[in-house]
Amino acid sequence: MSKHEDRRPDPGELLRRVEAGERRESRGRLKVFLGYAPRVGKSLRMFDEGRRRKERGQDVVVAALQQPAGPEIQAVVDRLETVPQDQGAIDLVAMFRRHPQVCLIDGLAQSNPPGSRNPQRWQDVRDLLDHGIAVITAVNVQHIREQQDAVERITHRRAAHSIPQAFLQEADEIEVVDAPPEALLEGAAPAKMPDARQLSELRELALLLAADVIDRQLQGYLDEHGVTARWGAQERILVCLTPKSNAVEMLRSGYRNATRFHGALIAAYVEQSEIGAEDRTRLESHLTLARELGAEVHCLQGADFVQAILDFGRDQRITQLFLGHSMRNPRTAFLRGPMDRLIDAADEFDVRIFPHRNAE
Amino acid sequence: MRGKLKVYLGYAAGVGKTFRMLDDAQALRQKGADVAIGYFEPHGRKETIAKIEGLEIIPRKKLAYAGSQFEEMDTEAILQRKPAVALVDEFAHTNVPGSARLKRWQDVEALLDAGIDVLTTLNVQHLESLNDQVWDVTGVRVRETVPDWVVDGADEVIFVDLTPRALRNRLERGVVYAPEKAQKAMENFFIESNLTALREMAMRHAAHELEEKLESAPAGRAEGREAERILICLTGRPSSAMLIRRARRVADYLQAGCLALHVKREPAMDEVAERHLNFARNLRIETHVVQGEDVAKTIADFARNERVTQIFMGRSAPLPWWKRFEETTVQKLVRQAHDMQVTIVAERRR
Repeated sequence: MSKHEDRRPDPGELLRRVEAGERRESRGRLKVFLGYAPRVGKSLRMFDEGRRRKERGQDVVVAALQQPAGPEIQAVVDRLETVPQDQGAIDLVAMFRRHPQVCLIDGLAQSNPPGSRNPQRWQDVRDLLDHGIAVITAVNVQHIREQQDAVERITHRRAAHSIPQAFLQEADEIEVVDAPPEALLEGAAPAKMPDARQLSELRELALLLAADVIDRQLQGYLDEHGVTARWGAQERILVCLTPKSNAVEMLRSGYRNATRFHGALIAAYVEQSEIGAEDRTRLESHLTLARELGAEVHCLQGADFVQAILDFGRDQRITQLFLGHSMRNPRTAFLRGPMDRLIDAADEFDVRIFPHRNAE
Repeated sequence: MRGKLKVYLGYAAGVGKTFRMLDDAQALRQKGADVAIGYFEPHGRKETIAKIEGLEIIPRKKLAYAGSQFEEMDTEAILQRKPAVALVDEFAHTNVPGSARLKRWQDVEALLDAGIDVLTTLNVQHLESLNDQVWDVTGVRVRETVPDWVVDGADEVIFVDLTPRALRNRLERGVVYAPEKAQKAMENFFIESNLTALREMAMRHAAHELEEKLESAPAGRAEGREAERILICLTGRPSSAMLIRRARRVADYLQAGCLALHVKREPAMDEVAERHLNFARNLRIETHVVQGEDVAKTIADFARNERVTQIFMGRSAPLPWWKRFEETTVQKLVRQAHDMQVTIVAERRR
């Protein structure tokens, strides 16, 4: 499948995987419907999936329903068994006793009333999963804790309840519920809803969040099968830093590209033994800038600069390599330099050459 | 007034694009809109077929080609009937030879021009700019493609999602294809890693479409945008198509201008280069042909004149042994275009 050697994980990594696998086996499956705003239709989609599963013979129970439920949702829920809530919280004791195959839980980000077993509903979900019950649930992007700053920038509001993004990451499946903003605004109380532009921005945020979650899951899957990934869906830019390179331009451009592509920015330098004090200082300032721009910074070891970059680039699934180049004497061209060797060997990523500013 | 285009974007057959489109069409009909089905591919799916109840279907046109009968969308009949909204399944379809237009998306353009709103379905792998990436991930070279600008021009792109697990379950239950075909599909294209990668591409593309629209809106983000211009250097080499797609994609994301240049050494035009220039024009890239002895110098001069900020090119062919001590075009260009960035696009091979 891959033309590169398959990677062999170290023993610690293997043990971690075995444990994770065992945990997963006894654990119930978690499926999350992710929406970008209220009224997008995620609850209906969730309950409808419950209905279809029941029709296919699975033992499905409703554990939490948001009130007021629309007539369409109510019609679906009426065809399902409901375990009544206990003072506004999921009745975990009743759920464990009833022990269905699948339970449906709306409003994942809800908080429980004081005195409940868990302060948050998502923690109830975790308990249900630990008891081997599969959970299908629904949540909007404004309730994902790590996304709340971005949501607040868009809507100037912040939801009171939230769940950690790590919980979303744990889900076995995440499904995006998408619809045009007009569909959400139709017949809505205007004061409570973001405007069409804000909705579009939330929609983009939700899609990118889902893409990132999936990307990490895909990476996990490939790692599990010991395969080096091929060209992925995400742009990953590696800026190669040296003391002499025009690092400011390269990093700024890398940052801009990564932002536009919603990709990753990585900066790396290859450790050199003989390096003067002046070069050391320049390199340090480049690394500081890289970190300021949010790049992941790596120091590579290796006798051969080109090989170190190539190995790292493949391992990191990069799609673009940014490289500085000095305009040396053309007569030395036949001494194929690092640039030429990198271009020759780079089958999987583009090489972008940035001339050194103090060239000639 | 031109009609509005709504695209239901998915990542594979069976995720529910057509179903969702029909669902919206029924809602429109209930609100009193004049809706008609221009083309619909039932694939024998029961739930989907049930959804067309009550919708008018404009009969397909029968065509004979190479001794067989084919059915295509009857664009002229739809234009004559002129509904307010037309449903057109499978946006990326290529018409049988002898049809008035080569591609279904061109038929849709004709409907839009006539003021008809169109709802259509598309899988992400049919987008021209993703062709190489899809091939790299799945090993499948998708033949039927739609230029990105056609989809960029849509008024609305709706992402239709289904998890790969749910999709594979549907295949297993025989909802998507007949059992034998389903089994084959699950072992090949519909393996989980393929589906996951395609799905991620579809999500990112749907997000990209939204961002394009937000930025072109009057109240777009006021973040300062550099005027980037990308120049593609075209040769007759086969990897040129990949080069063009890649550069076009980068230009789209950076919102940069995009032009292509072919430098010919002799007055006569190379047929292969001409084909690549044509392909570039189809993707709305402005093309230029210049004659020059020194290729690198000609490119650098042209680029400087056109205020190009970034040059895209393929790897130089290896030099024959008697030229080993000479510079390659890439080396020369990097030296001559020292005020620009030069990107050498990888020849991604499986």
